[in-house]
Amino acid sequence: MDSIKIEEVQKYIDEFANQPVYVHLETTNGAYASHFNANAYNVGAYIRNAHLTYKQGKIVEHDDSYRVGLKHDIGWIYAEGLTDFEVTDTGQLLIAGHDREGRLMVTLEISTEPFSY
Amino acid sequence: MNYSDHKHVVVLYPHPDDESFGAAGTVTKFREAGVPVTYLCGTLGEMGRNMGSPFFANRETLPDIRKKELQDACEVLDMNLEMLGYRDKTMEFESRDEMAERFKKYIEDLGATLVITFYPGYAVHPDHNAMGAAAFEAVKRIDQEKRPTLWATAFSNNHRDNLGKPNVVVDLIDSFDKKLNAIKSHRSQAEGMLSQLLANSESDNEYEAALERFRYEGFYEVDVDQVNY
Repeated sequence: MDSIKIEEVQKYIDEFANQPVYVHLETTNGAYASHFNANAYNVGAYIRNAHLTYKQGKIVEHDDSYRVGLKHDIGWIYAEGLTDFEVTDTGQLLIAGHDREGRLMVTLEISTEPFSY
Repeated sequence: MNYSDHKHVVVLYPHPDDESFGAAGTVTKFREAGVPVTYLCGTLGEMGRNMGSPFFANRETLPDIRKKELQDACEVLDMNLEMLGYRDKTMEFESRDEMAERFKKYIEDLGATLVITFYPGYAVHPDHNAMGAAAFEAVKRIDQEKRPTLWATAFSNNHRDNLGKPNVVVDLIDSFDKKLNAIKSHRSQAEGMLSQLLANSESDNEYEAALERFRYEGFYEVDVDQVNY
């Protein structure tokens, strides 16, 4: 993955708009957060292959990281803390936020075909 | 204990690398004694977080990378590998009954005389606890006279308080090479951890630093009729 280039990512978000897409959305601090730190909480959420059509999407920069919001007919999809992106050989748009050690903290991915499951 | 007394050892853990951190040295002892060992690996660690710095993986490429690492580690350890195809972080939501039946069939078909798994409730990660519970249940469903011995790995912060000391402890002082090589096969998981171990160790040598941390493998030999899980 490479650091987010806002114009490029916006272009891909626009390309996926107004057609049925599959979305992977995830945030995690790992399964060991409260094992290593009694004051920490294990939190995470994950949805793989949400199938929907969004009509508009936008990427916004804030303090060197990015937020992406996708507006669909009956609601929103949103991710915060995004730092890196990649378009795969099969045309999937992967956007993710990593910490300094390269650990994934959040990811939003969009594809016209289902992600492997 | 005489390692060669066993006929077949079956290891049930959910993630690529659990076998190397948890039981690689013990597996090595059994293999040196000529005992076949089979690893039933639950998932491909699809939800791992380490993507590297610089990146070597993303959420979509990680499963294939970890699969290859798993195969490499099993080659180092000279053990058979069966990948069970569950998905990382979802095993606790699967049917324990169905998993137990599936594991029981593997255990019986392979003629296992020893089963190694996680101690449910004392293994931190939800997949560890879920796979351990299903493995315990699988053993429990086997007729008492045919039941394999059951060893369980525990490492939650409260495991010593509640379970006492492990009653099987394997010292790897003379066979640590294999364990370290197996761990290092899991580059995506081990690289950061090993450099951290080295930084926190008084030793400036990776082997010594890793040996300090991983010299012993401990297991609880469990009578499955005597425990709640």
